Amino acid sequence: MLKIENLHAAVADKPILKGLSLAINAGEIHAIMGPNGAGKSTLSYVLGGRPGYEVTDGLATFDGQDLLDMDPHERAAAGLFLGFQYPVEIPGVSNVQFLRESLNAQRKARGEEPLSGGDFLKLAREKAGLLKLDMDMLKRPVNVGFSGGEKKRNEMVQMGILDPKLAILDETDSGLDIDALRVVGDGINSIMRRPDKAVLLITHYQRLLDYVQPDFVHVLAAGRIVKSGGPELALELEREGYAEIAA
Amino acid sequence: MSTHALPSRRDEAWRYSDIDAVAAAWPLPAPESIIVPAGGDFRRAIVQGAGDIRQIELVLGKGATASLHVLNIGGTYGRIELAVTLHEGADFQLGAAQIGGGEQNLEIVTTVTHAEPGATSRQVVRSVLGGQATGTYLGKVAVVRDAQQTDSEQDVKAMLLDRSATANAKPELEIFADDVKCAHGCAIGELDAMALYYLQSRGLPPAEAKKLLLQAFVAGVFDGAEDEEHLQALALAKLGELV
Repeated sequence: MLKIENLHAAVADKPILKGLSLAINAGEIHAIMGPNGAGKSTLSYVLGGRPGYEVTDGLATFDGQDLLDMDPHERAAAGLFLGFQYPVEIPGVSNVQFLRESLNAQRKARGEEPLSGGDFLKLAREKAGLLKLDMDMLKRPVNVGFSGGEKKRNEMVQMGILDPKLAILDETDSGLDIDALRVVGDGINSIMRRPDKAVLLITHYQRLLDYVQPDFVHVLAAGRIVKSGGPELALELEREGYAEIAA
Repeated sequence: MSTHALPSRRDEAWRYSDIDAVAAAWPLPAPESIIVPAGGDFRRAIVQGAGDIRQIELVLGKGATASLHVLNIGGTYGRIELAVTLHEGADFQLGAAQIGGGEQNLEIVTTVTHAEPGATSRQVVRSVLGGQATGTYLGKVAVVRDAQQTDSEQDVKAMLLDRSATANAKPELEIFADDVKCAHGCAIGELDAMALYYLQSRGLPPAEAKKLLLQAFVAGVFDGAEDEEHLQALALAKLGELV
């Protein structure tokens, strides 16, 4: 589904990713762990097409299409979802309006009929319930006045509504208390654990992986994947620290 | 406001105007005069859609209220000029948006005179400017010597969509009383890049994402307008042309 080969990327002319390769197949959940400054967030932004993140070499394909050649909204319509580490507050724009317009823009790009207001609200209510987010929160301006945990749950509600093929979740677990972590973990499983979907979890900690069991764990250090393994690698990292493993 | 000679750019109130367009329309008809009697209530929505110069003199009697909503969008040069006089305890509210692109020059010029004590005024003005458009707000609040307990506010923001667009904003206070509250704030900026990216990452094409943010930026000014939906729809259609 996602194939990254020898990816090099720079931010403000500073090289961050230095030859990263990774392949994710449908039905798989991959976790990328690594110390601060390894390039984890840069990887998610490069895959999400954020302006200012410049690919200097290598390639990335998504279902065979050249991902790096697509605009952010085209990537979304193709089925890619980026869960932000710091979800953005947008005063004056209601969540519901924003998500309905986004979903219908995606559907239009795929040649599908738009969803009616009633059908959309039904879908939104179902996904908000799944993430235990009050429906009233969805009527409020996007992320404005939300706590850290509410913002992350809102990201997952968005993921549920948009129903992507591939979710890249950048530190979705940071800022969550223990109960919220379980709710978010259950949400990821129920939305994304399907034979035709895949997840790339980016995290510092083993904790989220207790709820969302990865099939593969990779260690990212200094812009490259230095070690890959099964779920046991995450436990090993937790025990030994990055310095030992990445060395 | 009763200018008899053709104004020039040396006149402060016409400093950013398209003088050629003014000359073509000269002499202007007498300003429209609206007098709201004591205790009365007046509401109006004004849409400048064809490149006019509109001058209105508004006098509010004791305890009267007036609420004006202005959408300044049309023509190569469009000017809306308000001279408001407030008597004791009167309340004046203005919500205005001006949205221009291409080479449009749009202006809102207000003079609000607090002539007696205890009157309140609040002006909220939002400008969205693209291309080489110019948008100007010149707003003077004058408080005479015995107009104590005046409470006035000017809240002025402009959003530039292109580096070639221009916003002029000048909230101005002239206060001769000593027990008054006169707030004025002014900000000129551009769309938040991170917010735009966030919206696009969910599937909104760039133009739709910009439109959504701009809609939010101007939306509040029409709150409570009788024709709110119509004004919003006109504003949205104009924003759609700019993005």
